Amino acid sequence: MSEKKPLLEISNIDTYYGVIHILQQVNLRVDEGELVCLLGGNACGKSTTLKTILGMVKPKVGKIMFAGEDVTHQNTPARVKLGMAVVPENRRLFAPMTVLENLKIGAYVRGEAAEEDLERVYELFPKLKERSSQLAGTLSGGEQQMVAVGRALMSHPRLILMDEPSMGLAPKLVEQSFEMIANLHSQGVSMLIVEQNANMALSVADRGYVLQTGRIVLEGEAKELAGHEELRRAYLGR
Amino acid sequence: MSESPVPKEITHSAPAEAAKLGIGTDEWVAQHEERTARKKGLKGIPQLISETVPAWARWVVLLAAAFAFGAFVDNQYLLRIGVNLGLFVMLAYGLNIVMGYAGLLDLGYVAFYGIGAYGYALMSSEQIGHHWSTWLSVLIIIIGTALLGYIVSLPARRLFGDYLAIVTLFFGQVFVQLVLASDNITFPWADDYVDITAGANGIPGIDPFSFFGHKFLNIRDYYWLLLVLVALLTITISRVNRTRIGRAWRTIREDALAAESMGVMVNRLKTMAFVTGAAIAGLAGAIFAAMQSAVFVSGFDMPLMTMIYAAVILGGSGSLAGAVMGAIVMSVLPEVLRVTNYSEILFLAVLVLTLAAVGKSVKRFTINIVSIVLIGFAVKILLGFASIKITPTEEWVVGPVSRALSHWMYVPLDRVLWGNCAFVILIVLIAYFTTTTPRIKTILLPIIGYLGIFLWEVRLVTDVNTTRQLLIGAMLVVLMITRPQGFLGKPRVEVL
Ligand SMILES: Nc1ncnc2c1ncn2[C@@H]1O[C@H](COP(=O)(O)OP(=O)(O)OP(=O)(O)O)[C@@H](O)[C@H]1O
Ligand SMILES: [Mg+2]
Repeated sequence: MSEKKPLLEISNIDTYYGVIHILQQVNLRVDEGELVCLLGGNACGKSTTLKTILGMVKPKVGKIMFAGEDVTHQNTPARVKLGMAVVPENRRLFAPMTVLENLKIGAYVRGEAAEEDLERVYELFPKLKERSSQLAGTLSGGEQQMVAVGRALMSHPRLILMDEPSMGLAPKLVEQSFEMIANLHSQGVSMLIVEQNANMALSVADRGYVLQTGRIVLEGEAKELAGHEELRRAYLGR
Repeated sequence: MSESPVPKEITHSAPAEAAKLGIGTDEWVAQHEERTARKKGLKGIPQLISETVPAWARWVVLLAAAFAFGAFVDNQYLLRIGVNLGLFVMLAYGLNIVMGYAGLLDLGYVAFYGIGAYGYALMSSEQIGHHWSTWLSVLIIIIGTALLGYIVSLPARRLFGDYLAIVTLFFGQVFVQLVLASDNITFPWADDYVDITAGANGIPGIDPFSFFGHKFLNIRDYYWLLLVLVALLTITISRVNRTRIGRAWRTIREDALAAESMGVMVNRLKTMAFVTGAAIAGLAGAIFAAMQSAVFVSGFDMPLMTMIYAAVILGGSGSLAGAVMGAIVMSVLPEVLRVTNYSEILFLAVLVLTLAAVGKSVKRFTINIVSIVLIGFAVKILLGFASIKITPTEEWVVGPVSRALSHWMYVPLDRVLWGNCAFVILIVLIAYFTTTTPRIKTILLPIIGYLGIFLWEVRLVTDVNTTRQLLIGAMLVVLMITRPQGFLGKPRVEVL
């Protein structure tokens, strides 16, 4: 594993919201083709970590390397252009626009959306093809999740950042959603997944980090973490 | 999370049952067609048209009508209304990009129209003594207003909602004040003052357009020019709206942060919207100045701004066809209201239609009409007993409708006082009407109808400006309640 090339590497990140110090000395790495999960309880700074990686908030100190470039001072669109894509918390679809338009927006940085990219998404989520002219805001939660993932895929990302993909889904759909994630992973897509559902996340991930009030307190192979006594007590409910 | 195939699903205890119920299959997609409800009767017609007649066909019909109007109408007054409509559509298109697509609340938009008009006036009149070629002046105006739009967008693009509205409102007012104050500029090195804009007096004697030696002396020339421009703009804007630029504009309106996280360069796109809107308004302003041959700064102030906003919102923010429809309502309606004969008939038609819509059945409708007539006679008799002085018929009758009504309606001598009283009572009653029980509603409706007619005949029909404002306000309120997305806008859906 360790001889793999790092795709994303953030080092010694400190992020503030105004005067509130959220992330403290966070270090995190995602290798090429790897699936990494970021675990942690509510309000510990998981979404903030993703936002910092994407450039929606700027860290006060620290460095973010992506695809061999220092992107610490680049804005979000530039990072997306370099190959980041996000499936935001709560999906954040563009409600009054159709499913098709939502998907096409995902390809914005590449120019006009290509037919074959759309076909690829439709292959993954056949349901979206039937629903392509429906307004995104009228979709069910599960369908919206598909659009959010499909939208992220449209930009041919090198790294997908997913913020709680299982949020608000029925147990069955959570399972399907992780099947889909594993499936994408097997196709070689690198992913960083933020999850509350530690069990599920660790079952598909290669490696994991545990965040607690803005600090990384644990990191390691997914299998190791799944067997970790303290973690089990804290998050796996056993 | 693709749907797994059906057989795989049915592994429960009673597979046959499950198969019958279709558990696991996507029932919604299967039933999609049947579940699309269709409204019946008159109310279904708009839906039927929108489903069967393609959008381009509707545009062609509209274009043909506009063409026929230009070809066959000779009346100068009507042609002028047509030209005003064309200008209004251009302004509504521009605002539709800024506000409808990109969602930027630009309250200084009309200033770009004024700058275009004044720009052309200064380049083509005796005010400064320039008479530049039309091509040159129009080119300068388009580039100039685009540049100004860019400059205004620089502070504006960091701002959202209310803040943007305040800054642009300020910009609009600065334009008005600058024009007003620029008739008397003194420089330290000169003895005399310089008059650039002639202040509130306006600039008269502006040259008409002139292309390839053809001078636009007839109002019809401007009509054709505007028709071509509007057609081109319609095609261009609707095309752009379907590209990634148009899509990105709309994502900014919905959720700028999410748009940014998809890689949309929010600031750049906001600027593009501003610049495009400004250039369209500037061009419209130049045409207006050339057509009118005089400009006054009062014409580029808030009243016009509200009309343009009303047009875009009425028609449905974000829809080009809606912008055209809103522009028709906002520019033609005031003209109709100006002619009291028409406005009387229009008012009565609206009243009858409202009663028909509220009454629902023919029986109810008849009862309402009869009740209104009876109330009229009752009031006439009562006020007659109270011996309140009456306005002589010839003093208030303005058209055929009021002549007919004069036998029925009791018009007191002090029309302003009674009219105002009726107005207050009417508003109170309508407010009460919206909250009360159906039984009381039935009783109230004829009274409201009567008061409406009374107010109209006694006060409003001769007071065109007030009527216009009231009517527009009323339309917006009614629309806000019945169809918040505007006539042709898409209904808003929220992700919850
Ligand atoms: N824009 C902001 N301004 C101020 N404080 C913020 C802001 N955004 C987040 N916070 C705070 O930062 C902390 C971490 O937030 P974050 O969204 O990263 O949590 P999270 O780990 O994603 O939690 P959850 O699992 O509930 O989504 C929270 O206490 C939150 O209130
Ligand atoms: Mg979060």
